[in-house]
Amino acid sequence: MLVLVVDSSTPAVTAALVEVSAGGVTSRAHRCRVDARAHGELLAPQVDAVLAEADVRPRDLAAIVAGLGPGPFTGLRVGLVTAATMGQVLGVPAYGVCSLDGIGHPAAAGEPVLAASDARRREVYWAVYDGAGERISGPDVDAPAVVAERARELAVTAAVGDGAHRYAEVLGLPLRAEPRYPDATALAALAAGRIRAGAPGEALTPLYLRRPDAVAAATRKPVLP
Amino acid sequence: MADEPLVLGIETSCDETGVGVVRGHTLLADALASSVDQHARFGGVVPEVASRAHLEAIVPTMDRALREAGVSIADVDAIAVTSGPGLAGALLVGVAAAKGYALAAEKPVYGVNHLAAHVAVDTLEHGPLPEPAIALLVSGGHSSLLLVDDLARGVTPLGATIDDAAGEAFDKVARLLGLPFPGGPHIDGQARAGDPAAIAFPRGLTAPKDQAAHRYDFSFSGLKTAVARWVEARQRAGEPVPVADVAASFQEAVCDVLTVKALDACRANGIGTLVVGGGVAANSRLRAMAEHRAAKHGIRVRVPRPKLCTDNGAMVAALGSHLVAAGVAPSRLDLPADSALPLTTVSV
Ligand SMILES: [Zn+2]
Repeated sequence: MLVLVVDSSTPAVTAALVEVSAGGVTSRAHRCRVDARAHGELLAPQVDAVLAEADVRPRDLAAIVAGLGPGPFTGLRVGLVTAATMGQVLGVPAYGVCSLDGIGHPAAAGEPVLAASDARRREVYWAVYDGAGERISGPDVDAPAVVAERARELAVTAAVGDGAHRYAEVLGLPLRAEPRYPDATALAALAAGRIRAGAPGEALTPLYLRRPDAVAAATRKPVLP
Repeated sequence: MADEPLVLGIETSCDETGVGVVRGHTLLADALASSVDQHARFGGVVPEVASRAHLEAIVPTMDRALREAGVSIADVDAIAVTSGPGLAGALLVGVAAAKGYALAAEKPVYGVNHLAAHVAVDTLEHGPLPEPAIALLVSGGHSSLLLVDDLARGVTPLGATIDDAAGEAFDKVARLLGLPFPGGPHIDGQARAGDPAAIAFPRGLTAPKDQAAHRYDFSFSGLKTAVARWVEARQRAGEPVPVADVAASFQEAVCDVLTVKALDACRANGIGTLVVGGGVAANSRLRAMAEHRAAKHGIRVRVPRPKLCTDNGAMVAALGSHLVAAGVAPSRLDLPADSALPLTTVSV
């Protein structure tokens, strides 16, 4: 089954075409560009490019998988709305996967690992995975010092992801180089059970974790200075 | 006619998620989801709240539009989307959605200018627009006077507000008077019972000295402040505020300036058609005053019905249909959302 994977939860804008079979998930074509300010420009051409490279028409897709974040909202929505609208037109299910799982799950190697991505405002989005790659805490958004404390409590022995690299000193954990951003094949693998079973698609609701910034009218300045 | 372009239009530049379907100049569907209630308690549109609402609303709104029009996305010739100007995060949801639809259905996508779409929507009501025409666009986000030489390829900005948009002034004055957000319909309603000549509020940028630099520009900030001072003086004196009279006098000042300048632009350029669009074009006094004054000069005023004046998907589809018919090339898939898209750019 041919599956399109998109993730725009981090500065890396990712589109991939994967083949999901009984035996596993294999990558057929992959595009990833790191640019925190151009998700809207980059994603659609990348989707177009992976389909063209594999000589696949959109109607050949059996499902779409999208990273639900957490991630900076504006960029995150680009991936989710792309997946939702394409799924709507093609009449195929769209499945969401926590984007941090695409970092933490493939990085797991016997001991607990912390996955973190940059949340701006001096915070990180984070989750902790056990030795088998199962998420045991998070996703959450906190200051790196708070995350370091939680990681100690959970006996984490390594950290992975762009956010972990950015705040390596505060976290004080050995770093894994890869994956730095959500891995498309891993995201597809985490949805493979639903894909193979033909499970119904889901509303792709972002993992926002933060409330919108909004100034209530009651606290606004009067019209006159 | 079956050979006229069938175009989908997507609008998400502010707080309305709109999907319209148009064939040529015929409106087939105009589905709308609004997040206005979620913003009311903040007294204005909160960008992140609007963006979240667009993401939730886009798929169901598209479903409704296609059902209402009785067409499938496979039947359409193109997908048009507002690529600017507007709220950056809100625009991005619509642009990404349009690309998703275009990619999946293998259709061309047109990123279009929101303001040009406000002009184009009138073709759904009154047929092809004579060119050149003058357009007056007034809403909560914009107040502009344009010369429309060629709606498919370029419009010339003549003037714009130098401070508040006209709709913004309505919202702020409504708040002063204790009326709910958005203020336009409430001011309009109160004004019906008031005396428009009760209070002489200022008409911004209409003095002879303003003619050289600001002949076609607007300013509503001084008017808003004058209303605030007037109301607060009453309150300080412990006197009741005559809400209907204030609303009517304020509305009269706004409509007076808008129509005087729009008709001045028509006469100075020898143009016989004035199109009025944007949310404030739904104001009953503006419509009546524009028609009354234009008639004296033999100028025809075209104002679409109120539902088409406010932001909607049909206006974007109408412009898209016009672009397809004019043979304009579609946008590329890396089309950006541009919150400050200049008026001179009709399609990207
Ligand atoms: Zn508008």
